[in-house]
Amino acid sequence: MEFLIQVGLVVAFLFLGFVFGQIAEKRHYKSIIKREKTYGRVMMFGAKFPDSDISARDASLVTGSAVVSIDYFKRFVTGLRAIVGGRVRSYETLVDRARREAILRMKQQADDLGCNMVFNIKIETASISKGAGKAIGSVEVLAYGTAVAGSETPST
Amino acid sequence: MLLTNLETVPGKKITRHLGLVQGSTVRAKHFGKDIAAGFKNVFGGELKAYTELLSEARDEAIDRMKQEASSVGANAVVNVRFSTSSVTQGAAELFAYGTAVVVED
Repeated sequence: MEFLIQVGLVVAFLFLGFVFGQIAEKRHYKSIIKREKTYGRVMMFGAKFPDSDISARDASLVTGSAVVSIDYFKRFVTGLRAIVGGRVRSYETLVDRARREAILRMKQQADDLGCNMVFNIKIETASISKGAGKAIGSVEVLAYGTAVAGSETPST
Repeated sequence: MLLTNLETVPGKKITRHLGLVQGSTVRAKHFGKDIAAGFKNVFGGELKAYTELLSEARDEAIDRMKQEASSVGANAVVNVRFSTSSVTQGAAELFAYGTAVVVED
């Protein structure tokens, strides 16, 4: 009997995770895509500042972070995947979401400051809850860079 | 206090270097938030409590770095980097460091 209850609980969690996880992920992606269009006006550069052809002012550090957790269903499926190996799609979308969200928040901060360019972007996967990480299965991303209000000077 | 993670401050000139400054903080989240995160674990999605923890810790570390920089007489910190580590379960260290400089227009 106790065994049945346990199995029932696991099945219920799997079902809940599947349904709500899918809904949450779809909603998150929709909002990410929408905001990516809005903040597309902020240009991002991985390079350091190319001072020769861009004049800039109002430099300041901008940061963005996001912590996203995986759902029960995906975690279960990943456990099965680990038996045969191969590409783990469920975790790919997780890190993708976390990264894009963190970058978006950084861009938003830059935009709020009236800046249109962000240079020297660094993306770091943080480990705030590494101890609890195994139990929680979350990804923490920190993105930062230098925002400037810049304009291209015509090259002579 | 100006902060950048470049080697310079665009549009300004560095006149003096004052050496490395740093700021760090160790933070723990409270028990209730941990339980909430456990629930989120079933449904998936953003763990707002952790995101908050992360950004609060980051701001605190930056603030301490800024304090150190102003105590040595700097008005900007360049080449800022962040680093995170988990010292013990449920607590996290956030560390910010950079080079304190004096800039002029």
